[in-house]
Amino acid sequence: MTGDIDWLGLNGSGGPPSSVLDDPPDALTTPDEEEGTGPGAAAGAPPAVVELVDVTRSFPGPPVVDALTSVNLRIDPGDYVSIIGPSGSGKSTLLNLLGLLDRPTSGDYLLDGVATGRASESVRSALRGGRIGFVFQSFHLLPHRTVLDNVLLATLYSGVPRGERQERARAALDRVHLSHRVDFTPTTLSGGERQRVAVARAVVAGPHLLLADEPTGNLDSTNSVEIMELFDELHADGLTLVVITHDPAVSARAQRRVRIADGRLTELDR
Amino acid sequence: MRAFDALKTRLPGRAANERIHRGRARDRFNTRDLFAEAAHGIGARPGRLVLTILGTVLGIASVVITVGLAQTAAGQISRQFDAVAATQVVITPAKAGTGDEARPKGRIPWDGADRVAQVNGVVAAGLVAPVDIEDRRVTAVPVNDPSVAEKASPVVVAGSDGLLDAVRGQVVAGRFFDSGHDARSDRVVVLGERAAAQLGINRVDSQPSIFIGEDAYTVIGIFGDVKRRADLLDAVVLPVGTARQDFAVGAPEELQIHIETGAGSLVAEQGPVALDPNAPESFKAQAPASGSALQENVQADINAIFLALGGIALLVGGLGIANVTLLSVMERVGEIGLRRALGATKRDIAGQFVVESVVIGLLGGLVGASLGVFTVVIVSVAQEWTPILDIRMAIGSALLGGVIGLLAGTYPALKAAAIEPIAALRGGI
Repeated sequence: MTGDIDWLGLNGSGGPPSSVLDDPPDALTTPDEEEGTGPGAAAGAPPAVVELVDVTRSFPGPPVVDALTSVNLRIDPGDYVSIIGPSGSGKSTLLNLLGLLDRPTSGDYLLDGVATGRASESVRSALRGGRIGFVFQSFHLLPHRTVLDNVLLATLYSGVPRGERQERARAALDRVHLSHRVDFTPTTLSGGERQRVAVARAVVAGPHLLLADEPTGNLDSTNSVEIMELFDELHADGLTLVVITHDPAVSARAQRRVRIADGRLTELDR
Repeated sequence: MRAFDALKTRLPGRAANERIHRGRARDRFNTRDLFAEAAHGIGARPGRLVLTILGTVLGIASVVITVGLAQTAAGQISRQFDAVAATQVVITPAKAGTGDEARPKGRIPWDGADRVAQVNGVVAAGLVAPVDIEDRRVTAVPVNDPSVAEKASPVVVAGSDGLLDAVRGQVVAGRFFDSGHDARSDRVVVLGERAAAQLGINRVDSQPSIFIGEDAYTVIGIFGDVKRRADLLDAVVLPVGTARQDFAVGAPEELQIHIETGAGSLVAEQGPVALDPNAPESFKAQAPASGSALQENVQADINAIFLALGGIALLVGGLGIANVTLLSVMERVGEIGLRRALGATKRDIAGQFVVESVVIGLLGGLVGASLGVFTVVIVSVAQEWTPILDIRMAIGSALLGGVIGLLAGTYPALKAAAIEPIAALRGGI
C-alpha cells in the first residue's frame, strides 16, 4: 500500500475548515469505491480500524488552541503507520483521541466502524480495554507487581475469561521473548525488557490496534532496535500499528508515514 | 512468533472482541478481581499500612477498653449491690483498741431487738448470741459408745424470736420459737437445715428431742434458705431466755435488722440510739452503701471522657485513612491512568480505592478491638475482677473500623475516579 492523499482522505490540502466540512462524504466514500485499493473496497470487508472524520480538537482558552483541525485519517487492518512531528504539533492530542482517552470537539472517530465521539464512557472503556493496546514512552509498569501480574492487568478489564488469563499472559510474554522473566519485578529489568513487558501487556487481550507513544524514547539504540524488530514481527502477524515518534529511524520502519504539523496531517511518500 | 500465532488462533480477533465489547463478559473485573487488586494495593507498602491503621487501632481500642472496663466495673458493683444487701443493717458492739486487744465498748441489751423494732423503717430485727456449751455435746440420742469416733457437734447459738425474719430464712418444717418460749425459757430449739441433717432429724411432727449434754430439748422446727448468716444453717438455735438460763451466755454478738429499702442511713443512725440513748457511739451499724450518687456521676464522667477521647481518636484515625488514601491516589495517578487506558471504568477505579480503605479500616478495627479486649482482660486479671465484655460490642467496634474506612475512602476514591487518563499518563508510575 502506497501513500495516497486522496485515498487516505487526509486534509493535506490545507483548505479552510469550513470548506473541508462539506467534503467528507466524498473524501470517505468516493476514493474507496473508485480506486478500490483499500481493504474496505471489497464488499462485506471489515471496516477501517481507524477512521477520523473531520476531527477537530480545541482546548478552551483564552486563547483557544486548536490542537487538531479537521483531521481525516483512515487506517486499515494490517497497516503500520508512523506519525511524526515536532513537539507541540498535536501528536499527543492525536494519540489521546486515537486511544479513546480524549473526545473530539467536533467530527467523529470510528473505531472498527463504531462511532465513539459521543459514545458513553462505559462503551469507550470497553472499546479501550478490548480493542486498543497501549505502549507508552515511560512503560507504565506497576513496580511492585511481577512481570506476569503486569501483563495480567490488561486481561482484568477486557473481559478475558478467568481461565484463559494466565495462559494468555504467558503466551504474550513468550511472544516478546521474556518467558524467563515472568516472576521478576519490573525494577530488576532493563529498559528494553520493560518495554517488551509493556508490549506483551498491550497485545495480551488481542487488540485490533496497537498504539505506541514514543516507544523508544527512553531506550538506547540497541534496545530501540529490539523493540522495532518486535513491532515488525507484530505487523507481520497482521496487527495494526500506529507509532507516534520523533525518531526518523523508528518512523522509517513504518509502511506509511504521516507528518503532523500545526494540527494538520500530511501523508509522506516513501 | 509461534506462540503468538497460537494466541491468535485461540482468539479469532474480531469475533472474540465483539463478544468482549458487547457481552461485557462476567469475567470482566468482577468482585474477585476487585479484591485481588485492592489487596495488592494495600500490601504494596506494609510500613505505611501500619502507620495508616494506627489511628483507627487506637480509637477502636480505647472505645473497647472504656466500654469493657465500664461493664466489668458495673459487674463488680452489682455483685456487691444485691437486693438483700440494700435492705440489711447489722449492729455490732463497737470495739476499742485494735487486733487481739480489741474489747467491745458497749453491749447490746437483751431486749435490743424490741428496742430497734420501734425505729421507723425496721421490718424485723433479731439478736444473735453465741452459746458456750463447754464440753457438752449435741446429739439426737444420748448413747455413750466409746468405739464410735466423736463427731463434731453443731454450733449452738441463742437467737431472739425475730431472728428468722431478720435473716430472711424459711421454715422448712414445724415453726420458729416465739417470744413466749423466750419468756418462759422453754427447752425448745430450732435447727438449721444442715444441723438437722447432721443430727438425723427431718420431721418435727413426732416432737423429736436432741440432747445438749444430758439435757433434752424439743425440736419444734427446722429452717433453711437464710440470706444472711448462712452459718445458722449449721446451728442449733435456742431462744435467748432458755440459753441464758441453761448456759453461760456472754453478750449478744450482733443485731440483724431487716429494713425497708432506702431506710439504711436512718436505721444506722437511730438504731444505736434506740439501743443505748446515753452511748450510741458504742455500737457500730453496717448500713448498705446508699448507691453514692456522687461516685456514680464521677464514674459516668470518666466514661464520657474516655469515650470522647476514643471518638476523637477514631476521627483522627478516619482522617489518617483519608489522608493516606488521598496521598496514595496522588502517588498512583500513573497507575490509575494506566488502568483507565486498559479499559477500567471510573467505577472500577473508585471501587478499588473504596475497597482498599474499607479493608484498611477493618484491619484497624480488628487489631484495635483485639487490643482492647486483651487490655480489659489484663486489667481485670490485675484487679482480680471478672472481665465482662459484650461480644457484640467487640465485633461491632471491629466493623466500625470498616465503616470509618468507607467514610474516609469515599472522597479519595471519587478523586481517583475523576482523574483523566491523559493527564495521568504524562507522569510516570
